[in-house]
Amino acid sequence: MPLQEILLQQLANGLILGSFYALVALGYSMVYGVIKLLNFAHGDLYMVGAFAGFGCLSLFSGWLGAGWAGIVPSILLSMVAVGMLGVVIDRVAYRPLREAPKLSVLITALAVSMLLENTVLAFTGGQFTAFSTDLGFTGIDLGLVHVTYTQMVLVGTSIVLMVVLELFVSRTRYGRAMRAIAIDQDACRLMGIDVNRTIALTFFIGSALAAASGVLAGVYYGSINFFMGFLIGLKAFTAAVIGGIGNIPGAMLGGLLLGLLEAFGTQIPGIGGQWKDVFVFAFLILFLVFRPTGILGKPEVERM
Amino acid sequence: MSEAVLRLEAVETYYGEIHALRGIGFEVREGQVVALLGANGAGKSTSLRTISGLVPARRGKVTFLGQDITRMPAHRIAQLGLVHVPEGRRIFKGMTIEENLDLGGFTVLDAEERRRRREAAYAMFPILAERRHRDSSLLSGGEQQMLAIARALMARPRLLLLDEPSMGLAPILVQEIMRTIRRLNDSGTTVLLVEQNARAALRLAHYGCVMETGRIVLADEAAALRANEALTKAYLGG
Ligand SMILES: Nc1ncnc2c1ncn2[C@@H]1O[C@H](COP(=O)(O)OP(=O)(O)OP(=O)(O)O)[C@@H](O)[C@H]1O
Ligand SMILES: [Mg+2]
Repeated sequence: MPLQEILLQQLANGLILGSFYALVALGYSMVYGVIKLLNFAHGDLYMVGAFAGFGCLSLFSGWLGAGWAGIVPSILLSMVAVGMLGVVIDRVAYRPLREAPKLSVLITALAVSMLLENTVLAFTGGQFTAFSTDLGFTGIDLGLVHVTYTQMVLVGTSIVLMVVLELFVSRTRYGRAMRAIAIDQDACRLMGIDVNRTIALTFFIGSALAAASGVLAGVYYGSINFFMGFLIGLKAFTAAVIGGIGNIPGAMLGGLLLGLLEAFGTQIPGIGGQWKDVFVFAFLILFLVFRPTGILGKPEVERM
Repeated sequence: MSEAVLRLEAVETYYGEIHALRGIGFEVREGQVVALLGANGAGKSTSLRTISGLVPARRGKVTFLGQDITRMPAHRIAQLGLVHVPEGRRIFKGMTIEENLDLGGFTVLDAEERRRRREAAYAMFPILAERRHRDSSLLSGGEQQMLAIARALMARPRLLLLDEPSMGLAPILVQEIMRTIRRLNDSGTTVLLVEQNARAALRLAHYGCVMETGRIVLADEAAALRANEALTKAYLGG
């Protein structure tokens, strides 16, 4: 393929990958922004979301088909179910530790992550599950590059979710309350804000977005497994750090940037596909050393 | 005689093992300004935190508008119309003045009503109106105090707790804050005011309580406390 086409193809790949990362990074970043917790279980909610979406689609496909008519309600149901799972995790695992040292909460988050992975492992026997859909390969051709409608819908859905989230956080009562909790919880209580409920809402939204990303990734890659959340969790964390952790537009930017980096990085001569993760985490380290606040983050006194 | 908006009975509060309030009791009646005075560490702020639910009492009873609020969570107490402006203002830095006001009106569900109250706040504090879309951390100390009070007023409180509103302000600003509190009280707001600046506080209060190491050692009409020169010197350092 001529260089131009390669670049165009990688741009498309990078945007798709980046939108999955961005959706997961958003939840990571929101939870960190509000309660300064690095929720290591967040990537696993993406995985659970993919399985929940798969389950729904299996139920619906006989009746609605395995095209978008079946996929859209599966995404929505998976978002609600995993959103509630996020709320339960916060209530059971994190809320009792609100005043505890950060390290205890981090260790708890790792335990939650293992619990989720091993539960799904037990149910699936560690097999890859085929996530088959009826979405075809029709699309539009740009020179030699073929972009399917499915790919466009995936990126479009991610962008819509991100825009809705940004509007929610910047314009609504509870969105404002979330940002205020990040600044001063006691002052929020004095304004009549139920802090625990607002944190639960943060977990719900973040987890639901991860679930959406998980289902979309299942649709896109056609296969899911219990371990799929691990690497994306790390990458979403990287994306959140690159964008400026705690910052919503930053998480979107970081996610998209990371997807593009990964896509283009594999095209650099001498850096093959097997090096792409090295490439991504080298970036994380560079950012942590030279700009720990990320691209859009503001300097902060206390860091994890 | 007007009814008690707030009543404390034998209230004891701890920070871990530290016995910060050792059994305090007093009342605030409808329409009054009550001043809570005392030296550093006497327990004034702790009294307010106990009333607003941030640090609940271990023993005793706090009643607001006839309802027992001793163990009610802080956000529910605020929803009842008891609003606490804490020591150090605690405005939401990094958010705009308008957002700070909207957060003060969090319990107001109707956006239009919230807007009306915001406009009323701007009319009362024109300096805030000019900067409504600016980051609140850019305000001066006096302006931040105005914002903290304006934010509290968004909830139309039945009782306003103010913790050292004059702290760190130039004398001219102290006067302005005191005038603001007088104005609020004239328009019907009941106020419990904590102050180190006893003279200024007693000029506008109806009643005063003097605290010392977690106890109330003296309580009387403000006029009587004002007249007691020896007492003001002994307890209030000036
Ligand atoms: N968070 C806390 N943890 C432990 N002890 C505290 C805490 N806050 C206050 N104290 C202690 O409780 C007592 C009462 O403190 P409080 O802040 O209520 O005093 P205050 O009268 O408001 O003083 P100031 O005029 O300095 O504001 C003091 O002995 C103080 O050291
Ligand atoms: Mg104090």
